[in-house]
Formats: sequence, structure tokens, C-alpha cells
Amino acid sequence: MIRLLTKACLALVLVTASVAMAPLSAAPRTDLNVGMRLEPPHLDPTAGAAAAIGEIVYANLFEGLTRMAADGAIKPGLAESWTVSPDGKVYTFTLRKGVTFHDGTPFDAAVAKFALDRARASDSVNPQKGLFEPIEAVEVIDPATLKVTLKRPTGAFLFNLAWPAAVMVAPQSAADNKTKPIGTGPFKLDRWAKGSQVDLVRHPNYWGAKPALNKISFKIIGDPTAAYAAMMAGDVDAYPIFPANENIPQFQADKRFTVKIGNTEGKTIVAINNARTPFDDIRVRRALAHGIDRKAVIDGATMGLGKPIGSHYAPQDAGYVDLTGQYPYDPEKAKALLKEAGVSNLKVKLILPPPDYARRSGEIIAAQLKKIGVEAELVPVEWAQWLSDVFRGKNYDLTIISHVEPMDLDIYARDDYYFNYANADYKALYAELAATSDPEKRKALIEKAQRKLTDDSVNVFMFLLPKTGVWNAKLEGLWENAPLPVNDFTAVRWRD
Amino acid sequence: MSPLWLLRRIAGLLFALVAASAIVFVLMDLLPGDPAEIMLGTNARPDTLAALRAEMGLDRPALIRYADWALGLLRGDFGRSLTYSVPVAELVQERLAVTLPLAMMAIALTLFIALPLGAFAASRRKSLTDSTIIAVTQLGVAIPNFWFAMMLVLVFAISWRLLPSGGFPGWSAGPSAILALILPAIALALPQAAILTRVMRSSLLETLGEDYVRTARAKGLTRAEALRRHAFRNALIPVLTILGLQFSFLIAGTVVIENVFSLPGLGRLIFQAINQRDLVVVRSVVMLLIASIIVINFCVDLAYALVDPRLRGRS
Repeated sequence: MIRLLTKACLALVLVTASVAMAPLSAAPRTDLNVGMRLEPPHLDPTAGAAAAIGEIVYANLFEGLTRMAADGAIKPGLAESWTVSPDGKVYTFTLRKGVTFHDGTPFDAAVAKFALDRARASDSVNPQKGLFEPIEAVEVIDPATLKVTLKRPTGAFLFNLAWPAAVMVAPQSAADNKTKPIGTGPFKLDRWAKGSQVDLVRHPNYWGAKPALNKISFKIIGDPTAAYAAMMAGDVDAYPIFPANENIPQFQADKRFTVKIGNTEGKTIVAINNARTPFDDIRVRRALAHGIDRKAVIDGATMGLGKPIGSHYAPQDAGYVDLTGQYPYDPEKAKALLKEAGVSNLKVKLILPPPDYARRSGEIIAAQLKKIGVEAELVPVEWAQWLSDVFRGKNYDLTIISHVEPMDLDIYARDDYYFNYANADYKALYAELAATSDPEKRKALIEKAQRKLTDDSVNVFMFLLPKTGVWNAKLEGLWENAPLPVNDFTAVRWRD
Repeated sequence: MSPLWLLRRIAGLLFALVAASAIVFVLMDLLPGDPAEIMLGTNARPDTLAALRAEMGLDRPALIRYADWALGLLRGDFGRSLTYSVPVAELVQERLAVTLPLAMMAIALTLFIALPLGAFAASRRKSLTDSTIIAVTQLGVAIPNFWFAMMLVLVFAISWRLLPSGGFPGWSAGPSAILALILPAIALALPQAAILTRVMRSSLLETLGEDYVRTARAKGLTRAEALRRHAFRNALIPVLTILGLQFSFLIAGTVVIENVFSLPGLGRLIFQAINQRDLVVVRSVVMLLIASIIVINFCVDLAYALVDPRLRGRS
């Protein structure tokens, strides 16, 4: 013990000395310590849905044929250009030359075909297999040309290819990507200390522009207090999404930090089981919409940082229409609607998954519903239970959840989805949207779809989850918004 | 020690292990939630889920999965984590390398503080020093360790920047690995030390009233000498009993402290594995803990029998 203490004291002195000497070095730093709330289960975005996977590997370690820019635009990735046939069914990609994977394997059309075919194969475990469902055939024309034929025109196809689940993987390394990811990106895996951190280092033979950073360490610190301490102590340089909104004002008041409140794609809703009485009555669903004070929920559950939404669509995405005024907070009207529907003494179960936004919103909403005569029993559950009971089992009245997939109007057109919406008009509307490629026509249809969902009051649409970015004021190039749950660090640098 | 007696004991041990493994397996299987669903999320299609379940081996009958797992355990094969896709043994080994040293440091610190302080208080019974120590330890017992941990971080990591606020760089990082464990060890140790100080003090006071101590005083020893030579060792017996109990509390305490300090220890592994329904990790680690307790109890039984012949006839 004594020896240990002596060692510790010695180490203490050494560390203090090295901290004191640090300001002497002049060149800007080339390392970055990033805070993460959750640890990824593994590092293969083509085999797991956890957002933490994409937040580490997307654009940094793995790249796709197309890629998402900070503003949500689709840019060339490993495909430097493409042409689309007039009927919208044939995409011909020209691939970049001189691209190699971290293990030296060259990237070409054959590899791209392998990656796409693997994702849509019958034994595929791709979490977003639906993205590849429109593909009819993938052909290699020559090593630099790939031809993809679709079953039907698919307006969002290039967008789909930019998702983390659509990144390019090589035949030799694909099976081991979970623990030894081999991509084409500017960074490669250095080590993964499980439960603690994931380190990426620069890949010397990267085909594109050399990033300013040499090393990125993703530190897994999920506890809000520990996250705050880590930022304040300088152990972490950046939290792309800080775990506790209540600390944001403290960071804003501190000149050492940059705080950017941006948008995610997380549409937070009170999901309603449309098939269950009395929610099969549109008047009851509208009563819920009138009976919930969106602003109070946003203030209470997100410290006022969430943006209100009136339908299942994010304000920053193309074709958005503001429908937040359609069901203003009006308890009297809500009561009248319930009475009209012949509903009294309604007792419901409000199921709450673990995230803070759900648990906190739940408390507030239950109190608001009480005012319109609806008794909501709060039922907190774990993720695993939410997925099996609510999502797969559809055994629920109401639940609070954030839908994080971008522009996911398709979920309301699915037959077997947990909202039990099953509306023929909406399905037809969505089918038309899916087959339309013209941007202006798409916008009009997207607007129509949003209106339809709000008119039917399918769910109570509440707010967009904020992206609460906090980082060292000397850092630049971090994304303010999250059009996908990813962190592209290729343009991040330290200012002198 | 008759062979029959030993045989009976060993049979009992094996039965306990088999029963425990069956209970652990069934409980984990009854837990709602599907590991494949958690891995693939809300956009997964039914055929994809089925493919992953097959890949994870979850589509086979429960009895076969149990047999596979139990036979694997016998061979020392703990299975492969469903989420991390690495052998469980590897994970456990990595995590023990954090949790064990942390627990050892905490125990050492507890003893280092509690024994002298308790003895000191007992030797100055009813003085101002004694009452102060009692008051401070009362406070120590009352303070929850996670709150205390946050205060330590606030002072030593944020204000003074002497020690890291959390995380663990790995033993390859040398001295900074020890530095990372200092605050967590203190946070774990101080509340335990407060309890142990009080036990030490009252146990010493009790032994000081014993006949043999009075005899020692009558021989001419001073109070302090009698305490040191005769009372101290005897007073340690209840202290050791409490210390044994504290060790299991310590393991529970590490779950909380490891989360506060983001340390990759065994406690956090179990915590994460339960959330992600990594059934293989949870049941193997739980089984490992149960087995070690059963085996230790078995050894203690043997030791008792060796020491006290009267116990050998009983079963």
C-alpha cells in the first residue's frame, strides 16, 4: 500500500509537471477526444442499428457510394459521378480510381457489387435492408463502372446509398468488420478498449484530402454528471450530443466552450395505437392532440431546446410544412371532443422507454391529460421490453418515442407497423411519392403526406430532439446538425 | 474425515452448481426482449431478424441451447458475446483487470483508515477526540458513495485538475492507470471505512472489559500496552467478519462507482449486458460469480471440518 501510494504521488508530480509544460508547445493539436453517451455493440454499420456505430465509423472509417454533407445534401462519395436513365430505373455509377481499403485491398466495381448484393441477400442481417429492396440487379460494366437496375423508380435511392448501413465493405474483411472494421475512410481502427474507448488513427494511404486530425478517441461516458465533469476537466474536447440539456446554460456561459443547438431527425411523438378502442375514433385522437400542451412539454422535457413539429417530418427537410397550429392547446375543446365520442373516465397506459425525453415528457403529459379527464398510468420499461411488447407486439395504448430515421414517411404506409394506422389513401399517396424523382413534384407530395397524417391525427406530434453540441471553442469543422446519426470528423481542426 | 462424508459434500456441491445454472438459464430466457431486435432496431424486416436469430443460434430449442452452454462451461468455454461478438472469457478477463485492483485498493484503503482510527478512538474513550471520530464516521455512514464520488470529482478533477474525472486508459498506460483508480477507490473506501472504524472501536472497547485484559492490567501493563498486546488481536475477529460482508457490498458498489467514473469494470459489463439482452454474457458472468461463492463455501466447510472434528459426522 505504502509503495502504491509512493508510486501514485510520483505519478501525480509527473502529471502536474507535464500539464504545466503543455502550453509551451506551439503547433495546434492533432488529436481529438470525443464524448459518446452509449458504447456501440460492434463497429459494423451494415449489421447493427445502434446509432453509436454510425456515430463513430461513418465517413471517418467507412464510406459509401454517395455521402451525406453537413447540410443534408447528397454528395459524391466513392462514386465520383452517376447518370440516371430517363425512366428513373437505371443508375450508372463512375467509381473513384486508386481507392484502397485499410488492408490494401483495392476498391472497384466488383467490390461495390459485393457490398450491395450482401446487404440485400436473403441471409443479410442489414438493419436497413428495406433501403436495398428496390434493387433488381447490380452489374459490373468495368472496374470503374457499376450499373444498378431498380424494380421501380425510387426517388430516394441516392439518399438511401448515403446511409451508414450502405457503406462499402470488401469480401475478404466483411465478416470480421464487427471487431476489425476495414473501410476506405481517412481513419482506421487503432484499438477498442471495450467499455471505455474507441481510438481511430489516420490511414496514411487515403485516396482523398488528408484530414487535419491524426487521432480521434471516442470516450464512452454516458452518465450526465460524469460527462459534465469530463468536459469541465478537459478530458473530453467535444460532445456532438451532450447527454444532459440542463447543463447547456453552464456551457453557454463559459467562454472555453462552443455550444451549438442543432437539429436531429428525431421526431418525438406520443404514438397512439390506432386499432385499439377508443383510439380508433378520430375524435379521441384529436382530443389528445388538443389536450397536450406542446410548449410546456418542450420546456419541461428538453429545457426549451426542442423544436415543435406538427406532423411526422423535420422542419429542415425538403417539403416541410408547418402544421403546429392545427391542434392548438385547448383542454375545453379536448373535453368536448371526448364527450362527443362518448368517452368518459378514460384510463390508459402510457409506456415510457428509458431515454430522458420520454420519461420527462411522460410526467408532464400525464398531468395535462388529467385535466381533460384522461387518467394515464405511467409504465416505464427497458428498451428490450419496449421493442418486443410495444413495437413488435403492438400491445399498448400510448407510448412516447423519438423516430430518428430521416424522412421516414414510409412507416405510416407499412401494413404491420405498430401505429396500426392502415389507411388506404395514405398508402396510395406514399406509393406515388416513392416512385417520383422530380424534386418539385416530390415536395408537393411530401407536403400532402404531412397534411394527411396531421388531419388524421395518427399520433400526437410533439418536437424534434435537439442536437446539443458542446465542444472546445478552439475546434472548428464539427457538424451543427445531424441529418443522419453520424459524426463526420474529416474536416475538423484545432485553431492555433 | 470419512470418504462418505466427503462424497456427500461433493455431490451437494455439484447439485448446487447444476441447479444454479438451470435457474440462471431459465430466468434469462424468461426476461422479455429479443437480442436480435435490439441489434437491428426499428427498421429491421422480419426476414432480417430471423437471419440474425439463426446467426446467434437463438432459433434452436431452449434445452439444446442450455446443454450447449452448460457443456461449454464444463470445458471452460463461456460462449461468445451476442453484441460484442468476442469470447465472454476475454471480456471478463479485461474487466476483472479493472474491478479487482479497484476492489483491492478500496479494501486496503479501508483497513488503512479504519483500524488505526478505531483503535485510536477506543483508547481515548469519552474524550473529545473520540466523540469527533464518532460524529465524522456517522456522517461517513450516511453519505451515499455516488454523491461522495461526484464531490471528489468536483474538487480533484474539475477545480484542482489533479486527477482524471473518469475513464480508464488501460494498464499499458502505466502510472496514469493507477491515477484513474485513485478517486474511485477513495469513493468506495471512505463509507466502508466509516462503518469499519465504528466496529473496530466498539469491538476493542468490549475486549478491553474482558477478564484477561484486566489480568494483564493487574500484571502492571498500561492501558495502551494491554490494548496493543492482548485486546487488539481478539477485537479483530468481528472486524474480519464485517470486512468479509463488506467485500460483497464492494462488488455491488463497483457497479455504481464504475458508472460514475465510466470505468470499464465487471459491474458495468453486467449492467450493459442486461440492457442489451446479451444473454450469453449475463448468464455466464452471473454463473461465474455464483460458482465462486459455492466453491468458497465448500472450502470453508472443509476447513471447519478439519479444525473441528465434531462437525465431520454431520452433513
